[in-house]
Amino acid sequence: MSLTLFFVLLGLTVASFWVGRQHAVSLRNGGARLHSLPSYHGTYVALVCGLPAALLLLAWISAEGWMIRQFVIAGLPDEFKQLPDGELALLMTDVRNMAYGAVPLDTSRPHIVSAVEHYNRLRGLSKVLSWLVILAVAIAGFVLARRMIAPEFRARNAVERILNVVLIISSSLAVLTTIGIVLSLVFEALRFFARVPVTEFLFGLTWSPQTAIRAEQVGASGAFGAVPLIVGTLVISVIAMLVAVPVGLMAAVYMSEFMPGRIRAVVKPILEILAGIPTVVYGFFAALTVAPLVQSIGMSLGLNVASQSALAAGVVMGIMIIPFVSSLSDDVINAVPQSLREGSYGLGATQAETIRLVLLPAALPGIVASVILAFSRALGETMIVVMAAGLAANLTINPLESVTTVTVHIAMLLVGDQEFDSAKTLSAFALGLLLFVVTLGLNIIAQRVVKKYREQYE
Amino acid sequence: MSNQPAKDGIPLRSPQDAAGAAAAAVALPREAVDEAVVANRSASRHTTAEAEKRLRRRYAAQRRFKAYGITAIAIAVGALLWLLITLLANGLSAFQQTYIRLEVTLDPALVDPRGDRSEESIRTGDFGGAIRQALRERFPDVVGRERLRNLFGLLSSGAEFDVRDKVLADPSLIGTKQTFWVLASTDVDMLRKGFFERQPDGGAGGRLNAEQVAWFDQLKAAGDLDLRFNKRFFTNADSREPEMVGILGGVVGSFLTLSVCLVLCFPFGVAAAIYLEEFAPKNWFTDLIEVNINNLAAVPSIIFGLLGLAVFLNFFGMPRSAPLVGGIVLALMSLPTIIIASRAALRAVPPSIREAAYGLGASKMQVVLHHVLPLGLPGMMTGSIIAMAQALGETAPLLMIGMVAFIVGIPKGLTDSATVLPVQIFMWADNPERGFVEKTSAAILVLLAFLLTMNAIAIFLRKKFERRW
Repeated sequence: MSLTLFFVLLGLTVASFWVGRQHAVSLRNGGARLHSLPSYHGTYVALVCGLPAALLLLAWISAEGWMIRQFVIAGLPDEFKQLPDGELALLMTDVRNMAYGAVPLDTSRPHIVSAVEHYNRLRGLSKVLSWLVILAVAIAGFVLARRMIAPEFRARNAVERILNVVLIISSSLAVLTTIGIVLSLVFEALRFFARVPVTEFLFGLTWSPQTAIRAEQVGASGAFGAVPLIVGTLVISVIAMLVAVPVGLMAAVYMSEFMPGRIRAVVKPILEILAGIPTVVYGFFAALTVAPLVQSIGMSLGLNVASQSALAAGVVMGIMIIPFVSSLSDDVINAVPQSLREGSYGLGATQAETIRLVLLPAALPGIVASVILAFSRALGETMIVVMAAGLAANLTINPLESVTTVTVHIAMLLVGDQEFDSAKTLSAFALGLLLFVVTLGLNIIAQRVVKKYREQYE
Repeated sequence: MSNQPAKDGIPLRSPQDAAGAAAAAVALPREAVDEAVVANRSASRHTTAEAEKRLRRRYAAQRRFKAYGITAIAIAVGALLWLLITLLANGLSAFQQTYIRLEVTLDPALVDPRGDRSEESIRTGDFGGAIRQALRERFPDVVGRERLRNLFGLLSSGAEFDVRDKVLADPSLIGTKQTFWVLASTDVDMLRKGFFERQPDGGAGGRLNAEQVAWFDQLKAAGDLDLRFNKRFFTNADSREPEMVGILGGVVGSFLTLSVCLVLCFPFGVAAAIYLEEFAPKNWFTDLIEVNINNLAAVPSIIFGLLGLAVFLNFFGMPRSAPLVGGIVLALMSLPTIIIASRAALRAVPPSIREAAYGLGASKMQVVLHHVLPLGLPGMMTGSIIAMAQALGETAPLLMIGMVAFIVGIPKGLTDSATVLPVQIFMWADNPERGFVEKTSAAILVLLAFLLTMNAIAIFLRKKFERRW
């Protein structure tokens, strides 16, 4: 429906470009000396015609659902308007699904039938209005811009100004995304912290969000101490780093200092394949192959290993992170000035001594930064731990036991249907905020370190 | 000074870079030189017994160091091979499926209840009954409820659909006796493929009893049970039965989601890169944008899922499980990657191009749009394909916006409920049945094949359009 409107708008824009250009061409053929080329006049008309209308269409689509919802709620019988937020939301979801035909109409509830009719009426109205308003804006823009065309009109400068604004808006999208992330996390997390104190969340030792049975108990009864999740995340991430850092670092050193160029050109892409494999594949691999293997090795050593041990998840995550460590370290090792190597060789050091005593210390800040980045990646990794780590929030640092992580619980709390008001659901946003803040902090530290290090050798 | 050791036996190394190291390694192996130095010592204070011992120790340390490096690379490559071999060993067999050959009598009373051979009538026909009848005829000595139930357990609950579709295509078959290859159940399939072990009591895999295995052997010996190409795997969507599942639903969902993602993030990403690289003045705002983009690239993907849930689903009221929302979320996630790659592509365009264009009187916008952008475009496309490959493998944020639903139909539009290939893999992986392990591995192989293709295209583009200035 809005897709048709979009294509009509697109057609109109193309047509207005053509009309504008033709008009400018006819002016030129009439002997006028144009300031700008005819195609700029055309582009100007097209932009003024299409751009505001397209933005309006976008705004319309975003606001339509919300507006209709408010009107339908206002039109409900009074006893439904007084429903608590959660129930009202459920009711409206039903109405919406029925209006869109996703669910067959429930004729047993008359208020729903009338609400669905109201909903569909409003949708129809909105459709007609959107066509009228948006086409009116487009045509008004066209007429206005068409009248601007004159030999002395600086169409090129006008087009460039508009394009410049478009470019600035595009580049602010990244900022908008960050603002969106921060606002949505902070807003929902604040609602959570209104029910559960921050100190309990950060320092509480038990995590069991499942206990809310009766509505009035919500938040009061569940335990929301995130410490077991945080410790579990750290245990798995540290195991991952214990695998990834030595392997990645040694691989990077060997590749940049010892390996002949031709072999390196083959081996490096092979290592980078590890980074390109989707994490869900690693998760499957960990759950299917590595976890049983770890368990049976543990059994044969007489150890008691959980079937979803932190060790298995951590090792597989470490394998995934190897290429991050190795390619980042490779960059820093290559950035160490050649004169340091030469100085070392000149003093009679072997290659191994040069690397150990000269290159690695010189590259240390960069390596530390790459390890920090890899660590922040391990903290935020979700699919491997969802599939291979446990769900039980055990407070332990024993890698052979099953632990759970922050990301596992964010995913588990929000997959499937949720009521959006319970502390249980909101706690996922508090965990998300925690994860965001920590990874952002690590990231900023790593960037600082890299920047400082770069300046040192420039 | 080339790669020759100095007279006093201490190795000197010429200025080297990667290429120089390669050349040196080809000319003379390092160890050979080192050993030669120790062997051909001349009289010097550096060749006393202690010095020699020290030297040998240092060379041993050097060899050990190299061994660590080789071990590290071997571990990484070995892990990759282990992963791939596991997937191939588990997944390749899923491209074939076990079928049973049956002589089915298409009794009009069963398959055409209304007797008018119309499509509606055939659709309500009891093809399952016809197939079960055929199986009873094949094994006439089987009587009793329990044993019959076991016998019918050899067949998949989807077996009847193949027969029905054939009859729908050619209603004249009704009333005749025809040979059909019908779908076997997943347990039979697993036994045929050797994933079930035979137990001492004659059963197999803990799912088939001794009699069922005997029937299986009988059918197999008669050539009435065989593996055939599993077309269903490429034409079906999800199912509760592992023998009936297919990836088409996930593939179409992924395609729709990635289309939305690409349409949104390519233009905006390129525009942002152009602004930041060519136009942006150096001030606090552009600094903020730069810091932002770098940080956004490192935000865990699940956080983008939370954003999608809170903003697009709950605030804007967009539909759950829809490729539209999935595409928007993935676009926000891929945006930093594309911006960073596009900026690198623009930076690679030499200043002389810009200066020449300015010299001919072009405006700044003309310089960028007419000259710099076309030259940078191949690099931007390469970066975008790689970003799309990342987005294709992304699972976590899509779980948050409800793309994890069990969906039997194939999505037709951007607001239909859909799932994507990686999420499909995640859901199947959750299933304990042995048949699903095989199908999950096969779906992963398909996903990896897509990723490989996309990366190959990116490499091809880079090679084809790469220009050295």
